[in-house]
Amino acid sequence: MAAGATYEPIATTTLGSAAASVTFSSIPQGYTDLVLVNNAKSATNGAALTIQFNSDTSTNYSSTFMYGDGSSTTSARVSNSSAGVYGGRCGTEFSSGITHIQNYSNTTTYKSIVSRGSDATSAVIAYASLWRNTSAITSMTIKNESNVNFSSGSTFTLYGITAA
Amino acid sequence: MANTYTLIEAKTLGSAVASVTFSSIPQTYTDLKLVYSVRNSGSADPWYQVLIQFNSDSTASNYPYRYIYGLASSAGSGTGNQAVGYSVSASATASTFSNGEIYIPNYTNASNYKSISGDVVNENNASTNIVALYATLWQGTAAAITSLTLTQNANDFVQYSTFYLYGISNS
Repeated sequence: MAAGATYEPIATTTLGSAAASVTFSSIPQGYTDLVLVNNAKSATNGAALTIQFNSDTSTNYSSTFMYGDGSSTTSARVSNSSAGVYGGRCGTEFSSGITHIQNYSNTTTYKSIVSRGSDATSAVIAYASLWRNTSAITSMTIKNESNVNFSSGSTFTLYGITAA
Repeated sequence: MANTYTLIEAKTLGSAVASVTFSSIPQTYTDLKLVYSVRNSGSADPWYQVLIQFNSDSTASNYPYRYIYGLASSAGSGTGNQAVGYSVSASATASTFSNGEIYIPNYTNASNYKSISGDVVNENNASTNIVALYATLWQGTAAAITSLTLTQNANDFVQYSTFYLYGISNS
């Protein structure tokens, strides 16, 4: 087994004031998977997070999701999006999300992402997403899909998971 | 670097109990994760809700939730108070338990309400299976979480039910 822990924090951002986005750059390439944990709120209710990788603003992102809003269930997908993959959740109360990016440093395959979002005031949601790019992920930029600011106190933590 | 993912306390039930409490939770981690495997002692219903309480706040309306569930033949969504998962009942296939996880980010924060994610599955090779995702909010107070109690909407957790509380550090 390689030295070092299996599950390590890479970086944490806690917003001291409202911000439109959060970026993790220079992501170390020594792990197998990445896990992003967010605990965030915004002025607008019921929004997913969007995550762009490596400053890619081309239409290389797609997401399939299912959610329950407390009265009905819905499943839908977004194809050929330039906004990023969908993940997590952000509401007017602090909401949480866990986004798992498998084999992020792989330079052969497209990147698969599984995410979970919880906002008790609007919806619970699960996503399966794809970034159609074989590049290793070296940075990610997180936004509110409604393009409103994250509120002060919102936190975003990136962890690395090592398979061996 | 200190361990990122640390077991705080493990509980395995030697006999049926109505509730399980983790008290004096250390305030040195960033997030909490509770992993459980449970079965309910009653059989009047196919499942029973797993309910959560933090600190001394027993007011159900302080824990609103929304959830989505799948029953193999149908799916749905609903709302309520205090639930974070399901427990399979005594009428389920023998020796089967529900398995769930509860994730609580920033549990020591004394300024914000707490968002809780709950995932639970039960597969017992019968018609009474369920998979569900919960979004629960603790809005009674913005206090740090120092204790956590799990109960059900009826009956006991049976013998051999297990509960593992982990602390996750972001530095």
